Amino acid sequence: MSNAAKGQSIEEKQYLIRFKADTNSHLHVLDYDTCATKCPDKICTIFCPAEVYKWEDIRMHVGYEGCHECGSCRIGCPHENIKWEYPKGGHGIIFRLG
Amino acid sequence: MAEKFDVIVVGAGPAGTACAYTLAKNNVSVLLLERGEYPGSKNVMGGVLYRKMMEDIIPGFYKEAPIERPIVEQRFMMLDKESAATFSYKGMEWGKEPYNNFTVLRAKFDQWFADKAVEQGAVLVNETVALACIVENGRVVGVRTDRPEGDIYANVVVLADGVNSLLAKSLGFHKEFKPDEVALAVMEVLKLDKRIIEDRFNLEGDQGCTIEIFGDSTKGILGTAWLYTNKDSLNIGVGTMLSGLIKHKLKPYELLEYVKTHPMIRPYLQGTDQQEYLAHLIPEGGYRSMPRIVGDGVLVVGDAAQLVNAIHREGSNMAMTSGVVAAETIIEAIAAGDFTEKTLDVYKRRLLDSFVGEDLKKYKDATHHFEKYPHYFEQYIPMLNRAASQMFTVDGTSKREKQRKIWQGIGTAGEKMKIARDLFQAWRVMK
Repeated sequence: MSNAAKGQSIEEKQYLIRFKADTNSHLHVLDYDTCATKCPDKICTIFCPAEVYKWEDIRMHVGYEGCHECGSCRIGCPHENIKWEYPKGGHGIIFRLG
Repeated sequence: MAEKFDVIVVGAGPAGTACAYTLAKNNVSVLLLERGEYPGSKNVMGGVLYRKMMEDIIPGFYKEAPIERPIVEQRFMMLDKESAATFSYKGMEWGKEPYNNFTVLRAKFDQWFADKAVEQGAVLVNETVALACIVENGRVVGVRTDRPEGDIYANVVVLADGVNSLLAKSLGFHKEFKPDEVALAVMEVLKLDKRIIEDRFNLEGDQGCTIEIFGDSTKGILGTAWLYTNKDSLNIGVGTMLSGLIKHKLKPYELLEYVKTHPMIRPYLQGTDQQEYLAHLIPEGGYRSMPRIVGDGVLVVGDAAQLVNAIHREGSNMAMTSGVVAAETIIEAIAAGDFTEKTLDVYKRRLLDSFVGEDLKKYKDATHHFEKYPHYFEQYIPMLNRAASQMFTVDGTSKREKQRKIWQGIGTAGEKMKIARDLFQAWRVMK
């Protein structure tokens, strides 16, 4: 099972993918206070398949560079607190296979 | 870039490309917009492409298209923690023409398909986001792109922009989808020697096998996992309703790891190397979640129209059919010189009368039913596994006694009644 044991973490999975990150984020938390004070679960940090959203002590960090552009955060945020756009044409994730 | 086309198609997936191909073939000027570096670079699918609907567009396509394997066996695993009850159908008729379905890798297949549309005369422009529809007097007359001076005009705009159809939403065709209307799927492509795949899955030559995995693969919540054979790789994935992940606070990639290391699945993956990790949403709300799909100068096709049959893992075929029906409607509209909603509404009627509409209506309550009553996955699949284990374990107990114990194990008379009711309800939403 040597190979199967590799690549378990999300960081290792993300390394497999080609990204062409834009300089500007296509994901915007509308109100950072809402994350801090009204959202104890911070569920986006759990269901996001690329761990784009990370709670860092007092503030939501958005690592848009690793986004799969799936749209889950926009639909799943209980406070509709995420403004979601497509990255600029040709940017963002570039799947080679699947 | 020419300023005006007969038609602009937004999105070069199966729906958009099918539409653009059909239009171009009939000498309609069509612009196919793709936001990715190339068609397919943003697209993900478990991997099964159905032959019929693709062949309606390009006869004999599989002779030259980048397909992986024609599927000759479809297995269905009912998974418990340390066991599985499996049902399978394998038929040699699927291994030869006319074939039933194929595994494909979408980044490769979508590029090929879009090139075919270009050969017919469609203009493909990559790396371009359609930011908004241009609306004049309530009629869609073009799209605004993210290119400099990027306004382009057309008689009809076809929205094939996928599950996150921001354009259809901005036109007010649908509200934001809810977490119980979309499934989040994550998948890995795992490299494995061709010979080993054939040995491991009991295949000859280029034949392929698909395995759908229910039950413990999603820890009892609504969804499925899948394991498909490509030429020299495997696709292993798991998809659950987004609402299920939220409710159970599950990380999708951890669920995928759970599936990959499950004792019933692990042996299939031995010695593989990860090639790619992919995530995507699937519109699984079905008929009840279908948005408005026709307006003045605009049609909605494919995932953007929620055309997915989750029960039978069909989507790309429905997408293609919707693209073709949209194209045929537009060709008639051009002949009539009328692009109003009233004329274009033929698209909706024909789509709903086709297998697409019929199947969506047939299963309109299925997803909601299984979402609402999780015990089908939580309780009945383990129950089936226990029954199989008891019945087939030879320990000196008579078969009649075994049957009696299995029957007792199901529970009290009341619990049996509940199961009977559940089975009846399941039949009702699936019939």
